Amino acid sequence: MKGNEAMAEAAIQAGCRHFFGYPITPQTELSAYMAKKMPKIGGTFLQAESEIAAINMVLGAASAGVRAMTSSSSPGISLKSEGVSYIAGSDLPCVLINVQRGGPGLGGIQPSQADYWQATKALGHGDYQLLVFAPSTVQEMVSLIFKAFDKADEYRMPAMILADGMLGQMMEPVEFPEKAEVAKVEKPWATNGHQGKRAHNVVNSLYLQAPELEKHVVERFKRYDIVKANEVMVENYKMEDAEVAVVTYGATSRIVKSAVNSARALGIKVGCIRPITLWPFPEKEIAAAADKVQKFLCVEMSMGQMVEDVRLAVNGKKPVEFFGRTGGVIPTPAEVLEQIKKLAGK
Amino acid sequence: MAIVFQKPHALADRPFHYCPGCTHGIIHRLVAEVIDELGIEGKTVGVAPVGCAVMAYDYFNCDMVEAPHGRAPAVATGLKRAIPENVVFTYQGDGDLAAIGTAETVHSATRGENITIIFVNNAIYGMTGGQMAPTTLPNQVTQTTPYGRDVATAGHPVRICEMLSTLDGVAYAERVSVDNVPNVRNAKKAIKKAFEAQINEKGFSIIEVLSTCPTNWGLSPSDAFEWLRGNMIPYYPLGVYKDKTEEGTL
Repeated sequence: MKGNEAMAEAAIQAGCRHFFGYPITPQTELSAYMAKKMPKIGGTFLQAESEIAAINMVLGAASAGVRAMTSSSSPGISLKSEGVSYIAGSDLPCVLINVQRGGPGLGGIQPSQADYWQATKALGHGDYQLLVFAPSTVQEMVSLIFKAFDKADEYRMPAMILADGMLGQMMEPVEFPEKAEVAKVEKPWATNGHQGKRAHNVVNSLYLQAPELEKHVVERFKRYDIVKANEVMVENYKMEDAEVAVVTYGATSRIVKSAVNSARALGIKVGCIRPITLWPFPEKEIAAAADKVQKFLCVEMSMGQMVEDVRLAVNGKKPVEFFGRTGGVIPTPAEVLEQIKKLAGK
Repeated sequence: MAIVFQKPHALADRPFHYCPGCTHGIIHRLVAEVIDELGIEGKTVGVAPVGCAVMAYDYFNCDMVEAPHGRAPAVATGLKRAIPENVVFTYQGDGDLAAIGTAETVHSATRGENITIIFVNNAIYGMTGGQMAPTTLPNQVTQTTPYGRDVATAGHPVRICEMLSTLDGVAYAERVSVDNVPNVRNAKKAIKKAFEAQINEKGFSIIEVLSTCPTNWGLSPSDAFEWLRGNMIPYYPLGVYKDKTEEGTL
């Protein structure tokens, strides 16, 4: 199954019946899958007039208390950023998918990881965070979609699957759970009509009194602290005796693992740390590794974005080098192996 | 003693923040009266805009959502698609609906989205202090057209009801005014008809309400009504522009 289609199917199995999208490469198959499936199961597929409208339809549907989702690729995500900020400011859950392509501007349509900063630091204005999940296989795309919906509901915040064109277009065997387990979260705040049974609900992000706005933001950040304490996901690969740690995520981690295996065959003690949640970032895990390894290498399909978080976590204890290709160029295992050899002094 | 006049239940018991002489209060009340008369408060969800009515969510007793600037019809679309049995309305000003939100307005209309839009046209951006709106009249002086709106450089005003009436998805479009008692009564009738069109699943309905902004027009409330009658109604004629309801002729 194609990555894009697998994410769509997983969303449906996770109880999503409301999808709002706008065509953009390389996420197209996801929308097409939704368009085919949703009418048959009584769901909504709506092709909006713009990315901006699509994310605001998600805002509306999420306000009503249903599981809602939109998907796009890099330039489209930029357009959605206003709506995402309002969704976060209104404490609404939803799932967003970014099948990244090269940027900036119209950029290109080849795989990229140049939206890391956007996803983890600056998707829209204001003090807020998204849950950001970075799958590296089609199977993991499926499991993380389930998780994204559950955690978004649990913490009342938007969750993003940060994929890329390679994963979106990749075909791999994938297994779905026989009976999907979906967390049932009560939504007493939903604007679904009070039916005369409760006071009226308001979904809003406007607080004109500064102390009141501060209070809401601070409360949200207390929730973020709980997320940070409980939801970090990270994979350690051959790290037991590693002297060099390569930090990488998403599709790039597959290339890195293959380079790690080649380096191991040459006797180099190297391992790989793969953040699965980019926010919350596995700071503690990387800080702990800094006490064991001699050097870090960060590999990304960008000019170096996650490397900044790695350096913050390492906090000067060990050198952190960077290797990346960008613009849609995919690094090869041989290139990464060269970098590892250089770092290991071989 | 019998109560002959009281606040509609759907209208929250709190003071409006609107300027003296502003007609938002009248229009809020008309919407609330219609919600009461149709007995739909419990299944109605309103969407507040960005603009003077940004805090409309505080003034209605039905569930309310505050939308980003211009996006109220998209938010309403999401609410309505999620729970089609609910009655969903937006309450938007001219800048919100006819400038930044033009795409959302036109496309929710052409989709025949089964929602109701209350469009308050006062020919100016009120909340930000009186700048040119898409509906500002030719030669009208605003903060950003200090020499009067020059259509050669600032373009022409948008006639929303006329424009939307060409779209197949629109079930009901009417322009009304609240400048005098008969017009207020007629405005309420129109708003009720628009909500009924939605309840009867006819599709998109919009009521454009010509409204005054004494503060930013620099006029007294009564002079503002005179200005509305003398300048706005000639450019924005009142009437039904589209009617696909049972009684409709089109």
